[in-house]
Amino acid sequence: MTSQSLPDAGPDHVRKVELVISTLLRAGVITSLAIVVVGLVLSFVHHPAYLSSHSQLKQITTPGRFVPHSIGEVVSGVVQLKGEAIIALGLLLLIATPVLRVAVSIVVFLIERDWIFVALTGFVLAMLIFSFFLGRVDG
Amino acid sequence: MRFGYSRRRMLHHLTPLGFVLLTFGISLVAGLVGALLGLGGGIIVVPALTLLMGINIRLAVGASIVSVIATSSGAAAAYVREHMTNLRVAMFLEIGTTTGAITGAFLAGLIDPRWLFIVFGIMMGYSALEMFRNRHEIGAPVPPDRLADKLRLHGSYYDQVMRQQIDYRVTHTTLGLVLMYVAGCVSGLLGIGSGALKVTSMDLAMRLPIKVSTATSNFMIGVTAAASAGVYFVRGEIAPLIAAPVAAGVLIGATGGALLLPRLRNRSIRIAFVIVLLWISAQMLWRGVRG
Repeated sequence: MTSQSLPDAGPDHVRKVELVISTLLRAGVITSLAIVVVGLVLSFVHHPAYLSSHSQLKQITTPGRFVPHSIGEVVSGVVQLKGEAIIALGLLLLIATPVLRVAVSIVVFLIERDWIFVALTGFVLAMLIFSFFLGRVDG
Repeated sequence: MRFGYSRRRMLHHLTPLGFVLLTFGISLVAGLVGALLGLGGGIIVVPALTLLMGINIRLAVGASIVSVIATSSGAAAAYVREHMTNLRVAMFLEIGTTTGAITGAFLAGLIDPRWLFIVFGIMMGYSALEMFRNRHEIGAPVPPDRLADKLRLHGSYYDQVMRQQIDYRVTHTTLGLVLMYVAGCVSGLLGIGSGALKVTSMDLAMRLPIKVSTATSNFMIGVTAAASAGVYFVRGEIAPLIAAPVAAGVLIGATGGALLLPRLRNRSIRIAFVIVLLWISAQMLWRGVRG
């Protein structure tokens, strides 16, 4: 790219970074929303009582009830076309969107040879991964 | 334990379908307001789910943290395209927010939540009043900042109301980073995006134009919230049938908010922002005092 000759990264580069990130965010959001809606519809299809019964809601909103809470549970649930597992898949994708965004930013700053920002963004990504490991220890 | 003794009535009168539709509607409004103000929407969704609908606070927070990411990603995509977001400022400050979020998640298990609510309420009330008093005009001279120069944080954006390109300079970068660490702590502790703190820090300390602050805050919130969302997911506190309508509603509301933002005058955003901040701070204080 022309970036080496332009140490003062001009608006062109900024615009390119912005475009990549914007597209990534949009794609992640739309895909996850679509998956969540499919899962929601399937939940109601599999449980017709959800449409009329007043007693079902208390059970759904009670804490401690089983919900898919590991990648393995989500995958096996999705294979069985379980509505709640498909919703969880969409929500996981949504959670992953900002993490992916940070990862893409590193690549873009690498292409731009903006070493300070490669280091800064790399630190942020390391922190995110670190926090996911903390979550695992807690769980 | 304490939550929900007088708020069960809503749950008795709803079918799961009615519940999902009502939750979707509330989330839609929360997403719209959140995107306009630079809030994650979580701060509106959690009181609505717990106080109005009687949902357990842990499940409400689990759904809220997902909606916070949805708002951030949904609105950020639009803002970035309109060049309102200062990406370099966002990337730099995320060092503070992510480190803070991890610290906050650790602290959450140690500190009595009552004190968190009280401290948070005082802080937001203070921020709201400060913001109302110190109105920095666009183009006012800002103190020079060597770190901001070195990182090339200064920027410009096109103001649709004033119909011109606005150049701005960034200052007090180190103070901003420290404040972002605090904002990250609050996010990790309470499971919210803490966008109000981020916007206030960027506006008051770093002197970014309010629209740039709002857009940049929205952009950073998702990364901060992603860290805590993983923990909630692993703990099984993200209930799909609650989180789904919340996430979908907030996504759609946030997209609408992003479309509206460039058409609002700076002053109208600011006044709406102050009112919401004061309302939230009263809510927080009351919760803390009540226990």
